[in-house]
Amino acid sequence: MFEQLFPNVEMEDMVEATNETLYMTSVSVAGTFILGLVLGLLLYLSGPGGIWQNKPLNWVTAAFVNVFRAIPFIILILLLFPFTDFLMGTIRGPGAALPALIIGGAPFYARLVEIALKEVDKGVIEAAKSMGARNRTIIFKVLLPESMPALISGITVTAIALISYTAVAGVIGAGGLGDFAYFYGFQRRAFDVVAFCTILIIIIVFVFQFIGDFLSRKLDKR
Amino acid sequence: MISIKDLTKVFKTKDQDVLAVDKLNLSIDKGEIYGVIGYSGAGKSTFIRLLNRLEEPTSGEIELNDQNLTGLSKSKLRVARQEIGMIFQHFNLLWSRTVFDNIAFPLEIAGVPKQKRESRVNELIDLVGLSGRGKSYPSQLSGGQKQRVGIARALANNPKVLLCDEATSALDPETTDSILDLLVDINEKLGLTIVLITHEMHVIRKICHRVAVMESGKVVESGDVLDVFLHPKEKVTKRFVDQVMGDPDRENSLDVINENYRAGEVIQLHFVGENTNQALISDVSRRFAVNVNILHGKITQTQKGAYGTMLVQIDGEETEVKQAIAYMKTTSVEVEVSPDV
Ligand SMILES: Nc1ncnc2c1ncn2[C@@H]1O[C@H](COP(=O)(O)OP(=O)(O)OP(=O)(O)O)[C@@H](O)[C@H]1O
Ligand SMILES: [Mg+2]
Repeated sequence: MFEQLFPNVEMEDMVEATNETLYMTSVSVAGTFILGLVLGLLLYLSGPGGIWQNKPLNWVTAAFVNVFRAIPFIILILLLFPFTDFLMGTIRGPGAALPALIIGGAPFYARLVEIALKEVDKGVIEAAKSMGARNRTIIFKVLLPESMPALISGITVTAIALISYTAVAGVIGAGGLGDFAYFYGFQRRAFDVVAFCTILIIIIVFVFQFIGDFLSRKLDKR
Repeated sequence: MISIKDLTKVFKTKDQDVLAVDKLNLSIDKGEIYGVIGYSGAGKSTFIRLLNRLEEPTSGEIELNDQNLTGLSKSKLRVARQEIGMIFQHFNLLWSRTVFDNIAFPLEIAGVPKQKRESRVNELIDLVGLSGRGKSYPSQLSGGQKQRVGIARALANNPKVLLCDEATSALDPETTDSILDLLVDINEKLGLTIVLITHEMHVIRKICHRVAVMESGKVVESGDVLDVFLHPKEKVTKRFVDQVMGDPDRENSLDVINENYRAGEVIQLHFVGENTNQALISDVSRRFAVNVNILHGKITQTQKGAYGTMLVQIDGEETEVKQAIAYMKTTSVEVEVSPDV
């Protein structure tokens, strides 16, 4: 049955390509989460009424976020070639895709973080201030925990965008399922390979979505 | 305890400057429950938020416990704030934390070690009557229970002062009363000074010792709650007093009374805050050969005694009636013969 449907699919290759995709996705999600969180916090805290209200800082952060969000991912990869070479020592393979993935994903996530933080009840922040909380306490014990479900669903959406970016990253020979589908499927006219890679990517996306929804629901005590 | 001098707050907005608190002077004694009442926009919230500098004063001074709050640096202010508890109209609990962890939060901020935190939180949970609900999340509590958590949280660091901004305005009348009872209880047990903001005279009447009436950022009238009730000077104050004492049926009653009770004398009694004279009516009917008919009335209890008016008919021999009235006039109850609205 399987042989008939997917005559050109070699399981071993598939496992390797899946591993590469999972590697690129998980490392870039982790990187995006951290960088996006920092940028989102900066946007929120330096914004009007924020606890670090600071116009120049807010402007610079917003400019960075907007510029990198505006660049199409495929062009971002090319633009970042020198930077990737310097950072990773190579411009090929899964590792080489990471800087572009993180720099492409973080600004997007930063906006979602900013929105999530804006949803935190101002009254709760005020209550913390009235108890004599430091800014650090307000960030780590009020802002982040109170916005956690939204931060999690935000990183889920971002992770799914990153999965499709990893496929695009195939153009620099990053490996992974997208790369495999193109070079070993499309170019050799083995469309069963393309289809099989698609199915695997869809499964990965569903798994991420499921985990994200589960965590977000579990953390939401509202 | 708290002395406020020429406190002023101007909000600068794009199109105009709003003078929310205008050269306000007030002094609040240790251990008292001080109410501030005013209509919406009077500047009450702004005023109470100035007291812990959630709002920075434009000018003026606040002295609390011999410490000049207005002059404190940011870091000293943080420490000072631990001595000033605050509760809010919308409770402002962290939904992500359990009741226990919400109450523990100010202790974490103050750097209290974990062991001590635990015993203190349990003590507070019992104090506010939430035993057994420590593991619940705020979303699982009723409004009244949420405010109890708010109160426990505000008391965690043994503050000297408790600030309440419309603490009962989001609650139904019954729950309001239970929260007010809790505040009185805390005031008596812990000797805590309470500053309370409200737009409901009922709240002032029920628990406050002294009251200030605010209008357009100024205190227009202040004093003992009973004095203000009895002799309201300003128009606003009279309107507030009417909120609790106002009796729209009185005029109708008087018409009916004048028609139907022609015998004897109809008199109006003003009870002015002394518990000793509440038995006046039974006292009079025992001493004199008269019948006392209660026709209409409304008596309210304040922290300093009963306050209200009552219309009664005194019937009997003319001389007995006269003597009875003369006797009543010797007590602290004010007597008004043949009242006409
Ligand atoms: N952050 C602000 N910026 C500008 N104006 C403000 C600000 N906060 C309050 N005001 C203004 O100050 C005045 C007093 O407001 P405040 O909230 O203190 O009134 P309040 O007596 O608490 O009213 P309420 O009973 O409705 O809560 C109002 O005219 C209000 O518009
Ligand atoms: Mg208010």
